[in-house]
Amino acid sequence: MKRRVSSQLIAAILVNAVYEMKNYPIVLITTVLSPLSFLVVIAFVSRGALIGQAIEGGLIMSMFSSGTALQGDLSHLKNDFKLQDMLVSSPASPQIYVLGMAVSEIVYTLPALVILISLVGIYIQPNLFQAAELTGALLLMFLTSVVIGFMFSTFSSDIVQSFAFSRLLSLLFTTITPVYYPITYIPLPYAYLAYLSPTTYVAEIVQNATGYLTLPGFLVAADWLILSGLTIVLFFVTAKKARWKES
Amino acid sequence: MVTQVGELVCEGLTKRYGDTMALDSVSLSVPSSGIFALIGRNGAGKTTLIRILATEVEPTSGRAWINGIDVVKEDKKLREKIAIVPQEARTIAWMTPKQTVLSYLLWRGFGYGEAKNRAADSLARLGIAKYGDKLNRTLSGGTKRKVLAATVLASESEVIFLDEPTTGLDPISRREFWEILRELGKDRFIFLTTHYLEEAEQLADRIGILKEGKLAASGSLDSLRGTIRYQYSVKLPPNVQPPKVVEGEIMTGKNGETQVLTGEEEAFSIARKLSESGVRFSVSPVTLDDIFLQLDSESATDGDSN
Ligand SMILES: Nc1ncnc2c1ncn2[C@@H]1O[C@H](COP(=O)(O)OP(=O)(O)OP(=O)(O)O)[C@@H](O)[C@H]1O
Ligand SMILES: [Mg+2]
Repeated sequence: MKRRVSSQLIAAILVNAVYEMKNYPIVLITTVLSPLSFLVVIAFVSRGALIGQAIEGGLIMSMFSSGTALQGDLSHLKNDFKLQDMLVSSPASPQIYVLGMAVSEIVYTLPALVILISLVGIYIQPNLFQAAELTGALLLMFLTSVVIGFMFSTFSSDIVQSFAFSRLLSLLFTTITPVYYPITYIPLPYAYLAYLSPTTYVAEIVQNATGYLTLPGFLVAADWLILSGLTIVLFFVTAKKARWKES
Repeated sequence: MVTQVGELVCEGLTKRYGDTMALDSVSLSVPSSGIFALIGRNGAGKTTLIRILATEVEPTSGRAWINGIDVVKEDKKLREKIAIVPQEARTIAWMTPKQTVLSYLLWRGFGYGEAKNRAADSLARLGIAKYGDKLNRTLSGGTKRKVLAATVLASESEVIFLDEPTTGLDPISRREFWEILRELGKDRFIFLTTHYLEEAEQLADRIGILKEGKLAASGSLDSLRGTIRYQYSVKLPPNVQPPKVVEGEIMTGKNGETQVLTGEEEAFSIARKLSESGVRFSVSPVTLDDIFLQLDSESATDGDSN
């Protein structure tokens, strides 16, 4: 029998995004609301001054949360439904499974992305080059967070653990870090701490691209390099450590 | 070792978890057709054995082949031909039975249209088509088990592993499920575990009994009968004085009922005496229950004398 890769991708998208949104519409509200709520708070508190950064922050948060959600979802399906065991004992490919699940997280975030991208169009109005830089940085961010998410899912063994991981990741990497506001707002010794978070680099790239922050070219290049380097290293570490079957 | 199509072979299969010997050098050779039922007490190693055979877990040592395919070295090749419902599998709350079966088939690589048709057929065959569009979380526990069974039965796999498939099914559903498995067992190999000895007896072509990680016995029910000392059982109601037994074993139950396990000749001579004295009794070949209980007590005393 000829087995289709496309079917395997569709399966993940259906199970982890489409069916969930279709059968439980309430989850749509949550995914849309969480990036928007921060945005609204920041915009109000700054009396509109930081709205551009806040929209970009919303995009970073959405993309980053997609990756950490992958962690929660992979663990949930594996530990609570034994879906992974069923798929291990089947011709399903582990790589395609994880890829499909990652894509499903984007699909799940689409409603929020549509709103945020419209806001970008209204408030930031980037030119083509800026738009390309935004897209590139956000996709790289997504990749980083997917790899981080996948890494955590390989060592969480129950749902309480994995939800705690999810919350911790998004708190560390999207709430306290300068994602919704410029890094220059942080007093100096603490600003260095922010560089422990991959989201800080994306925020710098994105804010610099759209003129909310002015960085020398070499720093922007460094941001790109560090983010890609981190992603590649984590990818190989995770790919080596991750196990489809148990030993 | 050369094994071939038509056989399931385990050779010294061992799995250790820390200090726990989940499987202790299990060697087994059975035809990979029809229905094989694995029985054994909680923690005997049934799930461990099934997970190793289904390529989910690697054994600590030993080897196994299904139809000549090595379960460890050729796991990818074997996965083309197998499917499993794990003991602790659950239906996903936010999906319907149709979506559950369909997505599993998509993951196996079926085209969307064919997967959809197979899903509908499979749900109908298990008698749960009418729940097809309900949310899984609204179904009864037994119906959820049937949905899981429907997923793997809808697939093209030649070998199907079911870890306690009928736990939670009512007696009628269980019998209906047996019918479906019997039908499927005609052209596929079904490897299941169960705590219902009657189920193994009624359904399986061959039975394996695991005890503390070791294979205590395996074979057809008849051949299992041959492995224990006494092949006949005479049962008496409570408060009836049990007859004298020359060679056999008398066991008294909680409520005072007695059971005599003995050989064929003696069983019938006891029966003659009992019917002369007008006592109600039954005499029958030993059931799997009797075999199971006897093997359990036997090996336990073996353990004590060591
Ligand atoms: N992942 C694991 N880690 C540690 N020990 C394990 C693991 N899986 C099983 N065991 C141990 O291995 C032994 C056999 O367990 P197994 O699940 O195979 O039994 P079983 O026959 O399926 O029991 P049950 O009828 O209760 O399902 C048990 O002592 C169990 O505690
Ligand atoms: Mg078990």
